[in-house]
Amino acid sequence: MRECFEHRAKLVSSAGRALLNNNPRRSRAGHDGLKPDHLIEIDHVTFGYDASRNILNDVSLSFERGKVTSILGASGCGKTTLLRLIGGSIAATGGEVRFDGEAVDAHDSERLFRLRRRLGMLFQFGALFTDLSVFENVAFPLREHTDLPEALIRDIVLMKLNAVGLRGAAPLRISEVSGGMARRIALARAIALDPELIMYDEPFAGLDLISMGVAANLIRTLNDVTGATSLVVSHDVPECMAISDHVILMAAPGRIVAQGTPKELMNSTDPEVRQFVRGEPDGPVKFHYPARPIGEDFGVSKGATA
Amino acid sequence: MNAVATLGARTLGVLRSFGHAAVFFIELLRATPAALRRFGLVVTQIHAIGNLSLLIIVASGMAVGFVLALQMYYALVTYGATESLGLIVNLSLVRELGPVVAALLYAGRAGTSLTAEIGLMKAGEQIAAMEMMAIDPRSRVLAPRFIGGVVSMPLLAILFSAVGILCAYVVAVLLIGVDAGNFWSIMQSRVDVWRDVGNGIVKSFVFGIICTAVALYQGYETEATPEGVAYATTRTVVISSLAVLGMDFVLTALMFSTA
Repeated sequence: MRECFEHRAKLVSSAGRALLNNNPRRSRAGHDGLKPDHLIEIDHVTFGYDASRNILNDVSLSFERGKVTSILGASGCGKTTLLRLIGGSIAATGGEVRFDGEAVDAHDSERLFRLRRRLGMLFQFGALFTDLSVFENVAFPLREHTDLPEALIRDIVLMKLNAVGLRGAAPLRISEVSGGMARRIALARAIALDPELIMYDEPFAGLDLISMGVAANLIRTLNDVTGATSLVVSHDVPECMAISDHVILMAAPGRIVAQGTPKELMNSTDPEVRQFVRGEPDGPVKFHYPARPIGEDFGVSKGATA
Repeated sequence: MNAVATLGARTLGVLRSFGHAAVFFIELLRATPAALRRFGLVVTQIHAIGNLSLLIIVASGMAVGFVLALQMYYALVTYGATESLGLIVNLSLVRELGPVVAALLYAGRAGTSLTAEIGLMKAGEQIAAMEMMAIDPRSRVLAPRFIGGVVSMPLLAILFSAVGILCAYVVAVLLIGVDAGNFWSIMQSRVDVWRDVGNGIVKSFVFGIICTAVALYQGYETEATPEGVAYATTRTVVISSLAVLGMDFVLTALMFSTA
């Protein structure tokens, strides 16, 4: 029995190494010690879903390898669009997005899929496959991308589920798990192939305080343990400030307001930064959506303003 | 001037959507060989699309067989030609009613199910998640369903026709008293396996391609909202039905012309 377990452990370890050997993160070493090592570079990127309105306006950013970077900002400021550009789901209308020095080309599906094998993404509501069990959801990328034997897939899946505290939930159906659990299962699936980059789209949305704390800790721990680069898009200030190495604050329409360490942003005197990190309803970011004068809408007076 | 511009914009929109659908269909065909190599996925879809449509196909086949035998008997008895009953029932079913009615039922049962499933997968970001995992949803999700539908459709049409003929036998021979020998022998001598049965199967194969491709396209291109999925399922039934009826006329003209 013990021999069997040791044999399995060796297999898992060698499979992990095999996966990692195919992983340019390890093979390229990356850190040359001379310049900051950026896994992702956003170079003067402009994007709009239609020609009349830009979601991102000439945005330039870079994300350091091995760090947790949070992109904060109010809803609609272009945070998720940024993730979609990095993942190649959409193409920039201007500028360039580079992943490990290579341009992300949303029109070249072969290159794009090669790139995507190096990243994992946690969707806002998990995006789990509802016709599969918890186990099969996590096994999905392993079955699709590797020829590992079934026993090995089982061990890897259970290890990943164990990392998010849900090994016991492996046989459950997706309809039987809570929202917080679904997010953790999706995280286990996202890290199944040990990606270089893990992108989190609103990982704390709709979670209770305990689940939120668990999710935040997991993001930090997984980043430290796997050496991956993490990109968190959120509007939950305390959680992001607690786990991030670097924080970027965005505002509509797709512009960078400030960036720096969590401490720098918390101590910032910029009114826009202060309004966001303190959650003040009015300030440089207006409470009211732009509208014509209120008097015109209600027909009571001329010149009254919202 | 505005009316002309609107008309032009609409025409361009229609042409664009035709082009989009054509590109989708070509990509679907290109993804099909890869899906064939993963036969387990195809078998699952044949079960979901074919097996689960059996009830409605068998029930409808029975109803059509019963009614067809009765109506034909009432028409033929006037001319003392009831011995042709088996032939007429058979030709009606294998050439026309089997493929067409089975396709219409297929569009309503399996087509809507495919559209809703794919549409909800899109709304739940499952398709996007698959793409982000570097897995092509066309190969993994669409192509197995396409093959499942194209394989299932002729089988369902054959079953529909077989059940219809058996039920026509029950009504004509067992209940009305038409001669059983006549019923079967005229069928044997006058129904050609390739020309009649074979063309019927070819028709249902074409209908299978049309209905399944329309259902998958509508699901894949749906707006990811509850209303979007609802409209997409409706469009699946309407477009599939019209396409089947139109294509049936074309195929009938090509297959059964006497020239």
